[in-house]
Amino acid sequence: MNAEYNFAYLDEQTKRMIRRALLKGVAIPGYQVPFASREMPMPYGWGTGGVQVTAACLTPKDTLKVIDQGADDTTNAVSIRKFFEKTAGVAVTEETREATVIQTRHRIPEQDLDETQILVYQVPIPEPLRFLEPRETETRKMHALEEYGLMHVKLYEDIARHGHIATSYAYPVKIEGRYVMDPSPIPKFDNPKMEMAALQLFGAGREQRIYAVPPYTQVVSLDFEDHPFERGGAQQPCGLCGAHDSYLDEVIMDDAGTRMFVCSDTDYCRARREAGHIGAMGVPNAEDAA
Amino acid sequence: MTPLLQVTDISKYYGSRLGCRGVNFDLYPGEVLGIVGESGSGKSTLLNCLAGHQEPDSGAVIFDTRADGPKDTVTMSEPERRMLSRTDWAFVHQNARDGLRMGVSAGGNVGERLMAVGARHYGDIRGTAIDWLDKVEISDERTDDRPSQFSGGMQQRLQIARNLVTGPRLIFMDEPTGGLDVSVQARLLDLLRGLVRELGLSAIVVTHDLAVVRLLADRLMVMKDGHVIETGLTDQVLDDPQHGYTQLLVSSVLQV
Repeated sequence: MNAEYNFAYLDEQTKRMIRRALLKGVAIPGYQVPFASREMPMPYGWGTGGVQVTAACLTPKDTLKVIDQGADDTTNAVSIRKFFEKTAGVAVTEETREATVIQTRHRIPEQDLDETQILVYQVPIPEPLRFLEPRETETRKMHALEEYGLMHVKLYEDIARHGHIATSYAYPVKIEGRYVMDPSPIPKFDNPKMEMAALQLFGAGREQRIYAVPPYTQVVSLDFEDHPFERGGAQQPCGLCGAHDSYLDEVIMDDAGTRMFVCSDTDYCRARREAGHIGAMGVPNAEDAA
Repeated sequence: MTPLLQVTDISKYYGSRLGCRGVNFDLYPGEVLGIVGESGSGKSTLLNCLAGHQEPDSGAVIFDTRADGPKDTVTMSEPERRMLSRTDWAFVHQNARDGLRMGVSAGGNVGERLMAVGARHYGDIRGTAIDWLDKVEISDERTDDRPSQFSGGMQQRLQIARNLVTGPRLIFMDEPTGGLDVSVQARLLDLLRGLVRELGLSAIVVTHDLAVVRLLADRLMVMKDGHVIETGLTDQVLDDPQHGYTQLLVSSVLQV
């Protein structure tokens, strides 16, 4: 830990301000709370909102895990993890089970989370109505008055054009029967997992909004009676660990177009391989390491 | 019979400038009222005050609601007023772009009001939308096209379908035929007249086109400089104008 930084980079007043916004967010599930987003030492779009929420939540005893599209080893995840190692000196881990705070970009870990954990999402555009109604004054009014017909217009357009609801990520949800919320661009595969035991916090740095879903809150994916929500997901098992129940990434292997499907959650895949599960294209873990 | 809309002493100022002042009238179910006057006479201000788009400085607009009977829409809560404007009211803008979502298909545009009042069955919504597109003479092949690919006349007809789909009782129209060529105007007017008669709608039509009110309106109100200067049956006012300005207005129409 670098002593020239205040704990977790932000000054204490800023962290208090963010915590107040978080408390309000938890009190009104799904409501977008404005907050005074700070400049962070990274560009907008790289998780400035999530980083500020994480900074406000961290204590010296916490163990932090950071994932980007499910992976612990991508640039964004590694950079943010190192950032907090340097400025907060907290323990870090890649294991979902061991982490107390998990910052994520666009995925929910496959492993079920428990009540002791906090999941922090990085959100690019918090307003689910944005692309249908560009005026912020109007969308705020629509949230306030619960006028959500427009959200279904988007789904209607999907069906009219594609024959089914083609929105596959950032799929709108209704929280506890009140606020319609953008779950950040997680795949809709993850939507059913949002009714979980852990606290979920959402931070949008550029848009200066924080919102939250408390533990065990009802999260309903919007749909039509004759076109119900479908979770989707890959047809085949993971090539490395053989998992049938995880969200898979498609990887092109060569110029001939050979492809493999692997778990996007690297920790889940690794743990399964360590436990002896081997997929069609996988090798036992020991050889993999070599 | 209870009037559908009772307007008493509506005034609206823009700072020290007058928008409209002291407007009173009653509108009964099934009646069409025309408001004419030159640009800047306050007719659009009046219409916006009536439709809840602007707040009048004084006066009351009492609408006979389905649930609670006559109620002042100026003092009612905003959610209530917005609910009215989604269900019992309709507003046809002069420029279809103001009243349509240009990035959403025709079917979606018509379906929006249904979804806004809670329809959640895709097949039903689409069926109703196609039905209404048919009523305004837009073929069902165009259901999934965007309004930006429509002609001006079609956009205007689409706007009407979008507004009437929830079965409103009162329709506000601001220059519904503005910017359309005469043959398209004629068909639109024909359509509007048919719909108004068939559905027993009440309407308030603001226009500067006397031919439009002659065709559509039962009663006429002439405005100048924010005041109502003459009211009466449409034919009576147009054939025997009393006020000097109305006489000027009527005699200014080009005879072809």
